[in-house]
Amino acid sequence: MQELSRKRAVCAMPIAGSYRSIDFTLSNMANSHIQKVAVFTQYNARSLNEHLSSSKWWDFGRKQGGLFVLTPTVTAENSNWYRGTADAIYQNLAFLKSSHEPYVVISSGDGVYKMDFGRVLEYHIEKKADITVVCKDMGEDTDVERFGTVSMDEDGRIREYEEKPLRAKSSTISCGIYLLRRRQLIELIEKCAEDDRYDFVRDILIRYKDIRRIYGYKMRDYWRNIASVEDYYDANMDFLKPEVRNYFFKQHPDIYSKVDDLAPAKYNVGVSVRNSLISSGCIVNGTVENSVIFKKSYIGNNCVIKNSIILNDVYIGDNTYIENCIVESRGTLRANSRYVGEEGRIRVVVERNERYMV
Amino acid sequence: MIKKEMIAMLLAGGQGSRLGVLTAKMAKPAVAFGGKYRIIDFPLSNCINSGVDTVGVLTQYQPLRLNTHIGIGIPWDLDRNIGGVTVLPPYEKSTNSEWYTGTANAVYQNLEYMESFHPEYVLILSGDHVYKMDYELMLDAHKANGAAVTIAVMPVPMEEAHRFGIMIANEKGRITEFEEKPEFPRSNLASMGIYIFNWKTLKKALVEMADQPALDFGKHVIPYCHGKGAPMYTYEFTGYWKDVGTLDSYWQANMELIDIVPEFNLYEEYWKVFTKSEIQPPQYFSEDSVVERSIIGEGTDIYGKVYHSVIGCGVTIGRNTVIRDSIIMNRTQIGNDCELYKAIVAEEVRIGNHVRLGVGGEAPNDTAPHIYNHGIVTVGERSVIPNGISVGKNAVVFGITTGADYENFCLGSGGTLIKAGD
Repeated sequence: MQELSRKRAVCAMPIAGSYRSIDFTLSNMANSHIQKVAVFTQYNARSLNEHLSSSKWWDFGRKQGGLFVLTPTVTAENSNWYRGTADAIYQNLAFLKSSHEPYVVISSGDGVYKMDFGRVLEYHIEKKADITVVCKDMGEDTDVERFGTVSMDEDGRIREYEEKPLRAKSSTISCGIYLLRRRQLIELIEKCAEDDRYDFVRDILIRYKDIRRIYGYKMRDYWRNIASVEDYYDANMDFLKPEVRNYFFKQHPDIYSKVDDLAPAKYNVGVSVRNSLISSGCIVNGTVENSVIFKKSYIGNNCVIKNSIILNDVYIGDNTYIENCIVESRGTLRANSRYVGEEGRIRVVVERNERYMV
Repeated sequence: MIKKEMIAMLLAGGQGSRLGVLTAKMAKPAVAFGGKYRIIDFPLSNCINSGVDTVGVLTQYQPLRLNTHIGIGIPWDLDRNIGGVTVLPPYEKSTNSEWYTGTANAVYQNLEYMESFHPEYVLILSGDHVYKMDYELMLDAHKANGAAVTIAVMPVPMEEAHRFGIMIANEKGRITEFEEKPEFPRSNLASMGIYIFNWKTLKKALVEMADQPALDFGKHVIPYCHGKGAPMYTYEFTGYWKDVGTLDSYWQANMELIDIVPEFNLYEEYWKVFTKSEIQPPQYFSEDSVVERSIIGEGTDIYGKVYHSVIGCGVTIGRNTVIRDSIIMNRTQIGNDCELYKAIVAEEVRIGNHVRLGVGGEAPNDTAPHIYNHGIVTVGERSVIPNGISVGKNAVVFGITTGADYENFCLGSGGTLIKAGD
């Protein structure tokens, strides 16, 4: 993710003008009536913690359940960081043990998707599976080598599972969403820890695929994750398509995010906005085309912004030209400047100029 | 023991009948304002920004919208273990059951609510003004003056003073006399309907005046306190304050938000206005949309052309549709090839294709010219206007209308089409 993840964890990356990527998973959980959610954070979590400052936004402020943020802590037995996904769960096993819910959904926080986990659970029970992995067919022409790929038999049972293969044997990938019984998870995680293994995919899913019944649940709707700057750019630009907007913004259920209490966006004289998304709190004076403008940005007179993503709270001085760029949040771009990336090679702009004359 | 230094009582029960069909189904404080807000957001935000975290909201007329909007006060951080926001409707008592018959009567009927917080001071607010004000500064002045009652006042032009309650004060701000809507005003300090009372003074006045029919602050309680010689002071406010009581003033106040540097600035960091945000996605502008001098709320899709207008959240404006000088409220859908001029379109309205609003010559409204005037065409909430309809100036449409309700697909200037019961 280059410079973009220097500032925040991928889960906290702003998406689609008004959201952050973790909003999708959290909203899916809330909409699936999951009441108890733990978020594991470690890398660069300040932005994420700020976003999770209240559980109200996803309706997790419950007496039964709630939103728990689990960060690595030093204890008498352990002073390690999370050494992997399985280790993160192991270090918080007491949380799992003291819960009473029969099933656990494990999901990465960087996916852009809508999902009813209730459906996955029905499938899981119907197949008498030990573990269910949510999968997606990516089509033959997609480059799937950066994902985990799976091959299933006719029944849906996963027969082959490779993590980031050099040459993929299947175009079906794992979406990084798993469902299993809580007791099963505790047992697997404890065994894993005994052998000094720390990774959920490599050390549990792949090792156990022939011993346990691991099933793939194919999701057919929109899903994508953001692992690179290009992915991130494309994921945002997807929201300029009417069918994607309709799916996420108009159809039930909604995706929720933290409320920022910003004023409505304002458009002054000499504005031209075409095929673009603009978020609340923005003040626009220039031209915007095929772009996504996040919250609270100021776009000066005679600016031209094309095919770009402007993150939160960016100040763009007059007469600035921006094309094929991602402008990092809270940046201040001086007047009369020019930032041009190439198609397919998006330029990340991080500008730290003084915004106010002192 | 529970104790709050100052609590607020917010009067939000009024209909605001001069807003016509806008308040047909909701109280005036619940009317949308400025794209994403409702009028009550302003006093509620002022309360929390001033450090007043206990607010009783007195409701009576059509309270559903208001109740759902306020909820438990989350948007204003007024969801508190102790205090916070409490909606106070009129209720049945063992001896009698009466509606709130006046502003002070409403407060009187909730003496117990106020008493439970053991306040030193009670702030009386009304829920139908648009302004930003720090009540803490007003309280500081109240204390410094050693006042029993402090009345917020605003200098108004002398020629307009006859429309207000006018305070006459000495050089220290102590009120010596006051006049309600005087023919020949002797001062230009108009009461804003914002009072701070010492709790003891207020309680005594309300209890002793309890039998007064339609007990009102301006008409009865203030004269009573004055009569008893209580020290009463003015607190002069010079910021932006707007009574959006008529369709014209409501339209004006909305349009002022569009100015390059508006007098009433919603973009300030340090005095935010909070509201319940149900719609969160960004707004979308299509390939052939045009927008100029407008403010637009979240989740709105614009396929047409918008000039000098205030557009709410979740609105859809169809292709080739032109919106000028208009206010469009939340979740309204406007079809293709429409023209809207100086229209106020309330929430969740459905307008078909080829509809024209605000066209034709001037003519006074045929039923309520004192409400529908200044060339504004008004459409009430959840109305439906079918394809191809033209509606003139000073006209009003409310209800689910069909082509048969119009003569030649037309409602002329000054026309009234209100279908009740829908």
